Amino acid sequence: MQSDTHPRMKIRVRGRSFLAFVIAPEPPLDAWLAELDGQLARSPGFFEARPVIINLAAITAPERGADTLLDDLEKRGISVIDVEHAPAVRGADPWRRRLLGGRDAGEIDVGDSERAPAPPEETSLVIAEPVRSGQSVLFIKGDVTIIGSVASGAEVLAGGSVHVYGALRGRAVAGAVGRSNARIFCQRFEAELVSIDGFYMAADDMDQALRGRAVEIRLVDDAIVVSPLGSDGKGTRWPK
Amino acid sequence: MAKVVVVTSGKGGVGKTTSTAALGAALAQNGEKVVVVDFDVGLRNLDLVMGSERRVVFDMINVIQGDAKLSQALIRDKRLDNLSLLPASQTRDKDALTGEGVARVVAELRDKFDWILCDSPAGIERGATLAMHHADIAIVVTNPEVSSVRDSDRIIGLLDSKTAKAERGERIEKHLLLTRYDPVRAARGDMLKVEDVLEILSIPLLGIIPESQEVLRASNIGSPVTLSAPVSPPARAYTDAVKRLRGEKLEVAVPVERVGLVSRLFGRRVA
Repeated sequence: MQSDTHPRMKIRVRGRSFLAFVIAPEPPLDAWLAELDGQLARSPGFFEARPVIINLAAITAPERGADTLLDDLEKRGISVIDVEHAPAVRGADPWRRRLLGGRDAGEIDVGDSERAPAPPEETSLVIAEPVRSGQSVLFIKGDVTIIGSVASGAEVLAGGSVHVYGALRGRAVAGAVGRSNARIFCQRFEAELVSIDGFYMAADDMDQALRGRAVEIRLVDDAIVVSPLGSDGKGTRWPK
Repeated sequence: MAKVVVVTSGKGGVGKTTSTAALGAALAQNGEKVVVVDFDVGLRNLDLVMGSERRVVFDMINVIQGDAKLSQALIRDKRLDNLSLLPASQTRDKDALTGEGVARVVAELRDKFDWILCDSPAGIERGATLAMHHADIAIVVTNPEVSSVRDSDRIIGLLDSKTAKAERGERIEKHLLLTRYDPVRAARGDMLKVEDVLEILSIPLLGIIPESQEVLRASNIGSPVTLSAPVSPPARAYTDAVKRLRGEKLEVAVPVERVGLVSRLFGRRVA
């Protein structure tokens, strides 16, 4: 017989995304490093606090300086988190490929300014047609606005808030990567499920009096609160 | 220019095959050259509803695999000689349909006919996606009940993403055909209202086909309802739908059975 006296702890895992830079050194490496130094002099701090992935696809033959390349980069304040296409480089052996996948975010201009800002990222997504049953809209970087209805069996997942200018009949998930101040707005509330920052409310728990109305849904003290739009937030809480 | 129309729904049993036959016949009655194509490989029915089941020799799979020429597989209707049927195979399954084979058959049909009506199988798998792939126009057949409406919504999403037109960045023309509509049950609130269905699916309404014994009878005798009972409410509704499909502007009304005073009195009592 054995009894566990410790209360069970809840492990909460959240996602967070960063934009990693991929840089591809080219032979001859000493000339490339000199060029990099020049670039860093013109825009210091560009790689500061940025995860960097080294792409060694261009280094096909054993190249002079290859075994010290990673140290050379670290010395310049570039924090390398992974190496791609490493076979020909001896120094890269301990840097096995650890990350998988990743979506290309296009070319980034290093620029010559004091502290070149990263290009402005798209932080909202506007969809000007109905979201049909079975379709899933996923946008982690920010808010999603739907001009139309979200059908039963469809889902919208946003890192930020969800705005539906139509009937919300499917699922809406706001603050999908951990943002408790995200909200859900819809013109007609007939949702199957709403969720903010991991807390959710299923259709069964929703206040029938609010069905069909224009509502705002937010998180207050770990409870989902649904209130009619323009009612100063006096709404129904779940859990009660 | 030939128009390829897919008759689809997602859900089974809502009236795709019956509607394909009725619309095909009504188009042919208007003088158009029409072929109705059965895409339900393995579960073919269109030949029965068209009354051509005893004349099937070759089918679409034979044409795709090169065992028969298209002209050998096409069955000309006995009542309307500008109406043809391309039957499906009953012994094979949907895997026998290839994308390139279907493309070739549809291209050949475009040369021969004004209207190509593709009767889609139920579901969202291979058969259904191939049936819709080459369509210019989609007729979404829906019953006024929640499961059918949700499945139709799913199909509309696929029409907007998986068809050749969508892949070229164009919009496929979509129409809603509301079938098995029962005005009495609708008035009692047992069925979704027409406006609710339209609000959910947000595509234009092509017609409302009332629930009728005539439709069942037509299927059983192997004749499209527009041929077997041309003045019955469902036949008139299909004929009006075809007029709208051909571009006529026509108000959509719910066709009702014309009943005498006596039967109306008794009808009430039974209901």
